[in-house]
Parts: sequence; structure tokens; C-alpha cells
Amino acid sequence: MSSWETVIGLEIHCQLLTKSKIFSSSSTAYGKEPNEQASYVDLGMPGTLPVLNQGVIKKAVQFGLAINSKISKKSIFARKNYFYPDLPKNYQISQLDHPIVQGGYIEISGSENSIKKINITRAHLEEDAGKSIHSSENNCTFIDLNRAGTPLLEIVSEPEISNAKEAVLYMKKIHNIVTYLKISDGNMQEGSFRCDANVSVRKMGEKKLGTRTELKNINSFKFVEKAINYEIERQINLLEEGKKIIQETRLYDETKGVTKSMRSKEEANDYRYFPDPDLLPIEIDENYIIDIKKMMPDLPDKKEKEYKTNYEFNNEQINILLSDIEITKFIDQVLKISKVNAKKIVNYFISSIYIKINKENLCFSQNMISAEDFCTVIESIENKIVSKSYLKKIIDDIWSNKNPVKDVIVNLSSNHEIDDEKINTLIKITIQENKKQVEEYKSGKTKIIGFFVGKILKKVDGVDPSEIKNKIIKILDSI
Amino acid sequence: MDIYKKSITELSELLNKKILSSVEMANYFIKRINSFDSKLNSFITVDEEHSKKQALYADSLIAKKQNTFLTGIPIAHKDLFSTKNILTTCGSKMLENYIPPFDATIVCKLNNAGMVTIGKTNMDEFAMGSSSESSYFGSVQNPWNIVKVPGGSSGGSASAVAARLTPVATGSDTGGSIRQPASFCGLTGLKPTYGSVSRYGMIAYASSLDQCGPIAKNAEDCALIFDEIKGYDHNDITSNHEVKQEKINLQISKDEVKKITIGIPKEYFSKDLDKNISDVIFQAVEIFKKLGFKFQEISLPQHNLTIPAYYIIASAEASSNLSRYDGIKFGHRCNNPKNLEDLYLRTRKEGFGREVKKRIMIGAYALSAGYYDEYYMRALKIRRLIRDNFISAFDKVDYIFAPTSPSTAFNIGEKTSNALEMYLSDIYTTPVNLAGLPAASIPVGFNDSLPVGMQIIGNYFSEEKILQIANIFQKETDWHLKIPKEFDNE
Repeated sequence: MSSWETVIGLEIHCQLLTKSKIFSSSSTAYGKEPNEQASYVDLGMPGTLPVLNQGVIKKAVQFGLAINSKISKKSIFARKNYFYPDLPKNYQISQLDHPIVQGGYIEISGSENSIKKINITRAHLEEDAGKSIHSSENNCTFIDLNRAGTPLLEIVSEPEISNAKEAVLYMKKIHNIVTYLKISDGNMQEGSFRCDANVSVRKMGEKKLGTRTELKNINSFKFVEKAINYEIERQINLLEEGKKIIQETRLYDETKGVTKSMRSKEEANDYRYFPDPDLLPIEIDENYIIDIKKMMPDLPDKKEKEYKTNYEFNNEQINILLSDIEITKFIDQVLKISKVNAKKIVNYFISSIYIKINKENLCFSQNMISAEDFCTVIESIENKIVSKSYLKKIIDDIWSNKNPVKDVIVNLSSNHEIDDEKINTLIKITIQENKKQVEEYKSGKTKIIGFFVGKILKKVDGVDPSEIKNKIIKILDSI
Repeated sequence: MDIYKKSITELSELLNKKILSSVEMANYFIKRINSFDSKLNSFITVDEEHSKKQALYADSLIAKKQNTFLTGIPIAHKDLFSTKNILTTCGSKMLENYIPPFDATIVCKLNNAGMVTIGKTNMDEFAMGSSSESSYFGSVQNPWNIVKVPGGSSGGSASAVAARLTPVATGSDTGGSIRQPASFCGLTGLKPTYGSVSRYGMIAYASSLDQCGPIAKNAEDCALIFDEIKGYDHNDITSNHEVKQEKINLQISKDEVKKITIGIPKEYFSKDLDKNISDVIFQAVEIFKKLGFKFQEISLPQHNLTIPAYYIIASAEASSNLSRYDGIKFGHRCNNPKNLEDLYLRTRKEGFGREVKKRIMIGAYALSAGYYDEYYMRALKIRRLIRDNFISAFDKVDYIFAPTSPSTAFNIGEKTSNALEMYLSDIYTTPVNLAGLPAASIPVGFNDSLPVGMQIIGNYFSEEKILQIANIFQKETDWHLKIPKEFDNE
């Protein structure tokens, strides 16, 4: 195996986060009844014409700037002609010779913390097709054109990726950039972010590229890794048996974990690309790019370095802080105005607001706590005005009841701290009353601890569940 | 009262003075269609019910004095303009059953002005043709001589206006489809600057060349319709903000006339042109000279490259534009398709006529891998040369006069077997489309009892001046008032 070398190039299709479609005013929202969001333009009705949604240009330019690319001053839409039932006009409006984003690169961390640069050939704008739903029951195919006309940015890498792990790292990095900058919602389950992988192998040291196969429409990081690894092995096995690789399109079968031939390139379409006469060239002037550059936030890579060197946050913390640009902005604001130790700030944040948002399945833009209020809360805790165990309660109170932060803290600070002795007694009583569960715990079912925590929380207010949990474990382990 | 002879202005006066209601006027013309159109086949659809509704609405606007100049005036639309709830066939079996759910922008604008759509006119299938013989609904006859073609592709519109079955009609011009039929039928037709009028809802043939405009009895009526339909449309981003918002003023002073130099391209008056036609045009030139216009010979050297470049570009765009007719969403669908490929093949085989198939094949070939540079790219380069020819000509002269067609109306069936000869009949009109310029065709006389047309070609967005020049000529002459005998009665 070691005598073979793998060459991979990825084409990522990323749906742009715009309210309406790229060439019509229909909504792009996911999950509506079939064809509810297909306008006359989306249906390709005779006489209809595409009108470019200016929002997509901004997103493409943002992406270009994020990957250190040259933005084309003039880019052109072209028609890609092929017949398919879910492609209403039987041509797709895309870009060929003059894509909006030309060149660029990102960096991924390779083995042993080395940095590998992956060049990006181009990124171009195009419209998505609809969906064909094949029904074996009725022996027919249904067409849903809700997705038809959703704006896509197709991001094409150079064939510089050497293995499945790197492919995943590359894809994750791009995913991180587009979601962080709100270029895309990046939802892979809904198909907002999917990829085609071009895979070939060659003898180590060989200059010429081997025959490649194209793995189509992979929509999870896990499957990208599995599909590529399967394909590498399949190709090496064939070559070692002295057989040839056929240049073809293959599909990854998620349930069986194998790739299957879809169509061979020999019967491939001649797409007869030509400039779309219904659309004007996109012309972008320097000032437009400068304006977008000014508004661009720091990218995750830069923030990561900053967080590591300035505050020594650990990777897990950094991942959370950089998972959403709104979180980054919030924390940066708190770090700026609060005197509390930075690591403590992040811990307070994660154990309160971040957990709440995750638990309640919200996004961070729905956060009701201002950075200033959050500072007041954590400073009150640090200054022992109020117990740390009240943190969540305070946050909940401000969040749901919109009570002023000062009032909430003053109210709780008048309550006495729940004394340890009292809680310990309570725990002991609970243990005595539930001998069966104690036995289960002793026999190794440590999850039963949650049962005891629940019982205690019902009886006392304003305590930190994790603290209670530790106390219970301590007492249980002592008997 | 000879209502059929009247111009839009005169008809509007009848309505305003309550001599006639819009309903009566619509009925009058529908009655003419019913009595005369069996000889011409100029209409595909006449919708009495719909026109009555619109006429009633027009009458209510007139009663409330909320009418415009066009309110209550009947109009016929070429059957490639989408008309909500009215069959729109594009002259093809493919759209034999297609009823659009929306109005084309120009239809919408004319409806809003209170015009009454009395019907949809016959045309070459998908506007591909110069004789209106390729229509699935049968060929159209020329009212001046019913064994002759009316020209194409807007032959139904021209035939109907020439026989006075409608006061005015819309047409579309991709390579001469307004000007050539206007010329064959003794009418005034305006092909506006590319981008002056929205293409939204007009069924596409070749998107970079298509432009719609009026076919009318005179320059004044053309101006009235053009004023209503022109302007930027947010549904068509190739429509242009540069077109003037103000209404056209047809008056031109003697002093202004004296400042105008008109170019006569020598390549257009070579031996390819029928000597008789050239004579008729030069008689008209004499009248213009008497009016004070100056003339100068000019050269458009790349003229001979026009036809190949035009047919490659138009067919290439058409091959893609017509892909959407696949039997899945609208239009014709073959019976009991065995599989997807069978559905595509049989639907398109049955739905499209010969000429359309030919152009789809030419276009697909010109765009295919290995041939793109040789054909399509080269055609685009020629297109630029042709445009540059005009631009440098307009450095020397203000307007260009040219024949509209190398011949007068030819016999039905005469050129159907010789495609090249048919294509060459567009030789004087296609360069204007390739350059995106505005041009009108006006009647300037007769040859062998058939009308002869002449083009007035202007620089970009010079529609007003072109129509002024046409109008001043029509004040001096009566060619535009001639009516074919058979149809010159109530």
C-alpha cells in the first residue's frame, strides 16, 4: 500500500444564505410543500427571464476575501446545457470562463502540527437544480422545484489533497469559514453544504496523474472520509491486479459503505457552454471590495491564534467561541469590559448562556443577555455578592422575565448561602431512603447518580447541580 | 364612416366624442376579422369574450375621463407575447395548448393603458422564418396578393394591419421580423434599440437579438405604441435605463432637417438588389432631398458576413432557449412515453416543425466542443465588426437609409425548398439586430403592385428622430394610406 500515492481534489457546493433565490424572488426556505416555492421563473415558463439577486455577489466576494483570493472585476454567467427533468430550463445558469472568485488558498493543520496550504482554483456562482423523487411504488418520478434556483457557490480546490483525513480537514475549514461569515447555513443534512471528490492514485514519485473517478454528492464529513478511503482502496486493488481505472462518476452508498458506478465519462455530456444573453456581466468596482473588506470580521484562524496566545484558552473552549461569530463578538465584548480573569469568563459563559442555548435548541442571535449584564453578573459572583450556585438562575431570570440585572442580584444576595451541612444531611437522608439505587450504584451503574441529584434539586433552590453531584458521589463512595 | 381606415388618433377621437363606444369598436374589428381572415389566416386566436371585458373596462375609463390616448383602441398581439388566460402558441404545435398564467410586460403596459386585445396573430414557428409559412397553424397570406407571403416572422400582425382587421399590432424583430413584413405589406414598423422595450413574457427565440415593437399604418401610430411600451423593466435586466421617458414629439423643424445628413451604404445597393426596388427607393430619396435632407454615400464593409454570423448566433441561442420544451412542465407531451429519453425524443420530434429543428441542430452544432471557436466565437467577432462598421458610419452621417428586403413579397412556397435564398432575404435587416440599433421600415412605393419598404436606421436610442423622419415623409406622400382593394370596404 505504501508504494501508492493519492491525489484528491474537492468541489464543494455551498448554498448561499439569501432570503430569495439567485434569479427569482421565490423564498429559499427549506422544508415547504413540494413546488410551493417555484415561481414562473423557477419553472422556466416561456418568456420568463432571470434577474440576479445582488445579495449573492456580496457573499461570493466575502468568501473570496476570506480565502485570500482575487475577486474578478468582471465575471460572466454562462449556460450549461443538459437535459434533466429537475432542471426546468434544461440548462443551468453557471459560470465557466470568468468565475467571480479566482485563485486563493486555505491552510489546514497536517500531522504533528505542520501547516499545509491547499490552493483553491476558483469559486463560481450558479443555480441549484430541483429534486427528482423516484417512486418505485408508482413506477414514476416526482419533481420538486423548491430548490431550483437556490444560489450556490461552487468551490473548486486544486488536486493537492493527499488523503481522506486532509479532505475532511479542508472541508471542515471551508465549512467553518462559510458558516462563521454567514455566507451559508452550512446545514449538511438539508444539502446546503455538499461535496464531490475527484480521487486518483498513482505510484509514489510518478508525475502523471492517475485516472480519476468522481464521487458525487457526499453530504457529511464522516461519509467523505469513508467514501474516499473506500475509493482509494478500490483503485489500488484494481491497479495491483493489473486492471485499469475507468474514468467515471460514482455514488457513495451510505448503508453498504461502498462506492458504485453511476455513469461513465465516455457517455458524458457536451455541455455546450456559452455566455447567457439574458444576464449582464457582474461588474465589481474596487470600492465595493474595499467596503466589504472593511466590514469583514477577523477570521476564525486569526481569532484562534489570538485566543491561544493572549488568553491560553484550550481547544474545546476555542471551538465553542468560534462556532458562531455572534459568540465571538459577545465574548470579545465581555473580555474588553470585564476585569474578571479571561478563562473564568469563558467558563462562566459556557456553563450558563452557552448551555442554555444548546439545551433549548436556540441560535446565539436569540441570546437575550447583553455583554454588559453578563459582566455585572459574573463580577457580582467574583466579588461574593451572590453565590456562584445562582448563576443559572440569574441568567434565566434576566432572560425570561426581563428583570433588570441589578434587581435580580440584590434579591438573591439577601438569601443566605445554603449551608453545606444542611445539604450533606439531606443527601444522607435521601441515600437511606433509596437503598435499591445505592446498590445499583455500587454495582457500577454510575448513571443512577442523576436520580439522587434530581431528588436533592427538588428540595433546594439555587444550587449548582454539578456541585451537588460531586457531594453525592463523595458520600456514596464513603459508605 | 370607414372606421377601418382611421389612425389611432382618429379612433381615439371617435371614442372621446362618444360617437362610438370601445365595445362597438372592438366588435367592428372582430366582425372584419370574421369576414376577411379566412382569406389571410392572420389570426390564431380571436377572443371575443376577453376583448369585450377589456372594452367594457375601457368604456368605464372613458366615462370617468380616466382614459389615455390608447384607451379603447383594439390591438392584436403576435402570438409569442404571453397573454394571461389566452392561448399563446408561438405558432407551434409544441405550445398548441399553452395558456400563460401571466402577461408579458408590454401586454401588461398596453392593458393598463386601456387597449383592447382582440386576438393573437399568426407567425413563423418560434419566430423562425421570413415568410410566415413555418407556422403550425398554416401559412399567412399577403392582402396585396394572396398568393404572396406577408413576410415573417410577424406576418400575421402585418397581414392583419394591412387588411385593416386591427388598427395596430405588436411584433417582434430578431433579424427583421417586424421590418420585413411591414415592408411586404406596405406598413410602418419600428424595431427599437435593443433594451428599449422589455422582453419579459415574450417567448424567446434569440435573446441577444429579440426586440419587440409596433407594426402600424403610419409613424404616428408607431410612436403612440412605442411610447407606451418603452422603458426599463426590473423583470428584464437587459432592458435599458437610457431610453427617454418623455413622449415622442413627431414635429421636426426645417432648420433641424437641414442639419441632418443621411448615409446611403453602397454595399446595400449592389447588384443583389432588384433594380426596380432600388429605383423606388431613390425616388423616395428625391422627396427627402426636396425636404432639405442631405445625402452621402457610406460604406459598411463587413456587410457580406452578416448572414452567416446572424444564423449562427441566433441558432445557438435558440438551441438553448428551446430546450425547456421537453413535455414535462407545459406544452405538448407525447403519448405513453416508455422512458425519459423516449419522452424527450418523441415530444420534441412531434412538437417542433422542420425549420425549428433545423435551427436547433445548427445552434447545438455551433456550440459543441471543438466547433465553438470556429463558429460561435467567430460569429461573435463578426458581430462586433458589424457594430463597429455602424459606429464609424454614424461618425460621418446621422441616419442611414437602406432597402428593407432585396425583393417585394415572394410567392408562397417559392423559397421553402431553398433555405439559403430564404435566409438571404434578411440580408438588410439582420445587421441592425446584430448591432442592436433601432430602425423603422416605411412604405415608399410599389413595384408590380406590391409595396416596397425602406429602412431608416439610426444610432442607439434615436427612435424619436427615426419616427420624425418617417412622419415628415408621410406628410408628403400617401403610400402609407394605400389599402389592398379586396379589403378596402366595410
